[in-house]
Order: sequence, then C-alpha cells, then structure tokens
Amino acid sequence: MTAGSMGDISRLWRDERSRGVIFQLMLVLGLALFIAFIVSNTIANLQSANLASGYKFLKDTASFDINQRLIEYSSTSTYRRALVVGGLNTILVAALGIAMATLLGFVAGVLRLSPNFLINRIVGIYIEVTRNVPVLLQIIFWWVILLALPKVRESLKIGDTIFLNNSGISTPAPVFLEGFSFVLIALAVGLLGTFVIARWSRSRQAATGQTFSVGWTSLTLIVGLPLVTFFAAGQPLDWNVPVANRFGRLRGGVSITPELIALWLALSVYTGAFIAEIVRAGIQSVSKGQTEAASALGLPRGLTMRKIVLPQALRVIIPPLTSQYLNLTKNSSLAVAIGYQDIVSIGDTVLNQSGQALEVISIFMGFYLTLSIVTSLFMNWYNKRIALVER
Amino acid sequence: MKMKLITGAVAAAGLMAISATANTAHAGTLDDVRAAGELKCGINTGLPGFAFTDDSGNWQGFDVAFCKALAAAVLGDTSKIKYVSLTGKNRFPALTSGEIDVLSRNTTWTFSRDVDLGFTFVGVNYYDGQGFIGRTKLGVKSAKELDGASICIQTGTTTELNLADFARDNKIEYEPVPIETNAEARAAYEAERCDVYTTDASGLAATKATFDDPENHMVFPEIVSKEPLGPLVRQGDDQWADIARWTLNVLINAEELGITRANAAELAKGTDNPAINRILGSEGSMGEMLGLSKDWAVNAISAEGNYAEIFDKYVGPDTPLGLARGLNALYKDGGILYAPPIR
Repeated sequence: MTAGSMGDISRLWRDERSRGVIFQLMLVLGLALFIAFIVSNTIANLQSANLASGYKFLKDTASFDINQRLIEYSSTSTYRRALVVGGLNTILVAALGIAMATLLGFVAGVLRLSPNFLINRIVGIYIEVTRNVPVLLQIIFWWVILLALPKVRESLKIGDTIFLNNSGISTPAPVFLEGFSFVLIALAVGLLGTFVIARWSRSRQAATGQTFSVGWTSLTLIVGLPLVTFFAAGQPLDWNVPVANRFGRLRGGVSITPELIALWLALSVYTGAFIAEIVRAGIQSVSKGQTEAASALGLPRGLTMRKIVLPQALRVIIPPLTSQYLNLTKNSSLAVAIGYQDIVSIGDTVLNQSGQALEVISIFMGFYLTLSIVTSLFMNWYNKRIALVER
Repeated sequence: MKMKLITGAVAAAGLMAISATANTAHAGTLDDVRAAGELKCGINTGLPGFAFTDDSGNWQGFDVAFCKALAAAVLGDTSKIKYVSLTGKNRFPALTSGEIDVLSRNTTWTFSRDVDLGFTFVGVNYYDGQGFIGRTKLGVKSAKELDGASICIQTGTTTELNLADFARDNKIEYEPVPIETNAEARAAYEAERCDVYTTDASGLAATKATFDDPENHMVFPEIVSKEPLGPLVRQGDDQWADIARWTLNVLINAEELGITRANAAELAKGTDNPAINRILGSEGSMGEMLGLSKDWAVNAISAEGNYAEIFDKYVGPDTPLGLARGLNALYKDGGILYAPPIR
C-alpha cells in the first residue's frame, strides 16, 4: 500500500459526508449479515430437527370443516383453500367493522360537541368506557350476551322468515332467476345517470349559483328504474327461506353466526370510540371564525357542518383514522377466542395438523401486511385528494 | 468515533458468540438432563385427572406421574422436575426446540407426528377415542343420527379431523362450532349454541361429571377414532427414547408382576421370581445398559406406583372422572395393555 492511497482513505474518513456514507454502508452490511445469520441458523436447525420447510404442504388435504364459507369449501379441499376461506372471513369482518366504526365514530364525535348536556354526557360515557376496556373482553362480553338470547326452538321471529336466536340470525336468501340480469343493468344505468347528473349539477352551481336537487332524481334513477324493470321482467326473484330441522336448527337461507355478530359489534364499538375522539379533535381544529362567517352568511347549522367544517376537519381526521382502520383489522385476529373462523383460527388448525409453524406464521404476517398496506395506500390516496389545494 | 468502533466490534463478537452456541442443542439428552440437574417435562395447561395443580400448587395427574417416574429413574429424585405447561398449539415447537426433554401431554400418536414432525413416541399410556355427548331431550341415541346438528369442537386438535372424517363417512351435514378452550366450548354447549359436544371419551366423562344435571346428558355409544395417547421425545436420540420407553414399560410390567410402590424397595433385595429380580436390579444389569443406575426401576416405581396405582389414583373409578380400565386393562384382564418383557 502506497503512502498516496493511505492519504486518500484518511481524507475520505475526515470528510464528514463521505464518512456518513461509510457508516451507512457499514450499517447496511451489518444488518444484511445479521439477517443472513438468522435465516441460515433457522434453516440449519429445522433440518437438524428433520422438519421439511417450504410451502408444499399447502397442496395437502385439509380434512377439517369450516362453518362460515364465502367460497366453496369442504373437508376434502386443500390447506391453501382453507387459508383463503379464513382470509376472506377476516376481510369480511374487517370491512363490516370499518364501515360501522366509521359511522359510529363520526356520529359520536359530532354529538360529543353537542351543546345538549345529556347527549354530550352520554356520548362521553360511551367513549370513556369502551376505550378503556380491553377489546378481547368486549368481544367475549358481546358473545356471552348473544348466547343469552332465546334458544333455537324458542327463536324470536318475524313472520316465519327471519329468525333470531343464540345461534345467530337466519334470513331468507335471494335466488336469482332468469331475467334478473336486466334489473342489474337497470341499476347500473341508474348509478351512471346519477353520477352524470351530480357532476352536471356541481358544475352548473359553480358557474351560475343555481342549485339543483339531486336527491329525488337519483332516488328515482337508482331505486325506481330497477324496480320498474323488475316488474316488467316478471319478478325474476325467488326466496330460499330457512326451515327448522329435527334439532330445531335453521338450515337454508342466509345464517349469520353469533361469533361474527359479536366480533363485528365489539370491534366497531371499540374502534368507534377512538374515531369519535379523532373526529372531535378534527372539528375543534377548524378555526371558529369559519363557523361564524358561515352563520353570518345565513347558512343553517347542519349545512355549515357539512359544507364548511367537516371538509376542513377531514384533513386532520384522515391520517389518524387510517391507523384506527389498521388497528381494527389487526384486532380481528382476536376472533379465535370465541371461535370465529378467521385466518388465525384456521391457520392455527393448519399449523397443528401440518406442523409447519414457521410457514403458517409467515403466511399470517404476509396476509396482515398486505391488508394493511392496501388500506394505507387507499387512505393515502383519499387523503391526497381532499388535501388543501394551494393556489 | 472510538465509541462507535467499539460498539461495532462488540456487536460482531456477539454475533459470532451466537453462531457458536447455535448448534450445541443436540448433544445427548441424558447428559443435558444430568448436567442441568432437572428434567424439563411438557404437560397440559390443565386437564382434570391428567394434569392439574393441587391445593398447594403442585402439579399432579396421570400425565404428570410419568414425568415423576422418568425423573426418578434418571435423577433418582421426583422433585427435580421443571414442568412446562403447554397448549395444543405450542407443545410441538417446545419439544423440537429443546425447551422440554419429554412431552407427556395426552398427545395422540399419529403417523404424521411420528414421521413428518420428527418425534419418537415411546409408547401408549392411555388408549382413548373420540366420543359425543348430547342432551337426552334430542331423542338421538347414536352419533350417526346427527345429520343437521350443530357440533361444538375444540380447535387445533385431531378432534376436528376425526369429526370431518366421521361426517364424510356417514354422509352427515353439520355446523361445526369450533372453540379454542375446553371451558368456553362447554359454556357454548350448556347455552345450547350447539346440540352435541365432541372430544376424547376420557374428557367427556370429566365434563359430564361437572354438569349441574348430568342425568339430562348422555354419551353416545360411538367411539369415532383411535386416540392412543402417550409420551414422546425428539427423534434422533435413541438412548433417551429408550430410557423413556422402558420407564413406561417398567410401570406396566410392575403392575403385571405385582410390584407396587409399597413393596418395590423390599422386593429389590431379591426374590424367587427372576423377572422381578431383573427389573429391580438384583439380577442382570438393565440399568447400566440404559446408562442409568442399578436401582432406576425401583426409583421409577417408587415415584407414584405402578400403572394401576397411577390410574386408580388420578382417573380411576374412585375419582371424579370415574373412568373404567376398559382398553387400558392388562392384556390378561381383557384390555390391550401389553408391555414387552424386561430381560
């Protein structure tokens, strides 16, 4: 090594920027070594324990049954199919939970600011109680409440078609006959028409200030048009009504298990309380001058909230709201406590049957990661769309 | 600057230290147990009769008794045991990773567990089978009449598989109500969320005994699966597997030869029966062949008694479980318990 190159290195070392780069490279290298060590150590230990790693087991027959299936599944299906069924069950309860929690949260958040003492306090109690009780306990609480409903033979019923008992809710299922596609086409036309009219009305209001009541027109288009088509096509719809069998169990129609209802209620009530606080904070972040200006212009209170305050509050609300949605999705894995067959519950069974712990856990992680990233991407896109447009 | 370099060096050294220790876990288990001075035994988190804590917080039970016999055989002391209570889910990783030396947790011996998971089952200490319990008011006398019923099951066990197989075989459509723990499955059954509850027959007896109105429930005659339950060890350490296997066989042979907890020490001084003498060490050198002391079998039997004594103490007719010996009687008493001879 010559004196010149030594000088180069020491110069690189003395230079703050290049030294920073060297440290970062060292850090990356160290991390890579660490990860490589973990992976190789795991593989070596698995091999010495005679455990076959890899995802080949997913093609094996599952040999167990699942009670809530959104797609075709039987005990002769594969492990992969079973995990897909579980994944869809997780997505179902997460989607239902997010919708309900949002609704509950926005209503409670607005009511929390109500000048009415009673409403204000009741909402306050709801928020404080549910936020401070662990969600697992709330899930079991709702499940126990639902188990205390009348037993199957003493179901509460509405006209022998809708049944409510401690094994869930059973309702008739629609059976679509030939010709129902016309109704769907009519619905699509109605939705498209509403969309076009709404755009036209917005641009006209922006240009001339004249308002146009979109509500009634869209109702006619979305409900009326398909309804007329339905009767014109000769009512191409039948109902599959649930019937009690010798055990009093209702078979046929659509059944919703108490496990799904309990999980859905618990998750949305719990997350709804957090969302309410986020909404309250968002509304309070909008300067009071905005409300005063709106009322000075003679806008009614409801309109002020809808058109002036909420759109501005949303910019503050959306980012923390996203993390609440992610929390709700991840909390849904507590389903296993009450036997709702989500991906974790089914995956546990797969893990136990196949013994492929590492692989099944990696599937869990990949699944929740994907679900969370998709949710975040969507919410970030929405956030960008409503963000303040600076001119 | 110096600090950072030192930190890096320490981290690198630490990394090497980890790599060095990573592959030492598979030495002889017997040596490990002796070096640690205690046996790490995996048991159930709580199952009446099989593994439970008594009033003073000590583990007791049919499965726990095997841990004690094994610890007595290896270490000569039943108190040198570290009990690790495990769920159905984490019992296998615990054994694979070396967290425990032996798993004695009502585990069914199946092909895939023996072959694919890399374990060695050392024998069967309880022949069980899956059964059903239902309300008498259902008017059902057999599990084959369950078409259309809702059935509570515990998840993550072979029970789910057996039920699905039985249903497929008998063309039964049912709604599975899978629940993670025995306690919650029972709550769901009692609330009539489901019509019948299915689990191992030994568990059904225990469950039925705790109902307020046992007369309103009946266990159906069908046993839909074979559940040979037994202790298991990691594959690949034949000496350790032999020790566990022959400790179990000693307990069964002891019953056959009339060696009990009370008379084991006395008989060990020598008898006219060569079979007894070989087991208890006054003839031959069976203990040395296993790498254990001469009185290993005396210690094992002195821990909790022979097989019959253990059975009667924890799960037999005079206990709350009230299980009959049935299949678990010795072959000469009409059961299928048949241990190879010790000679």
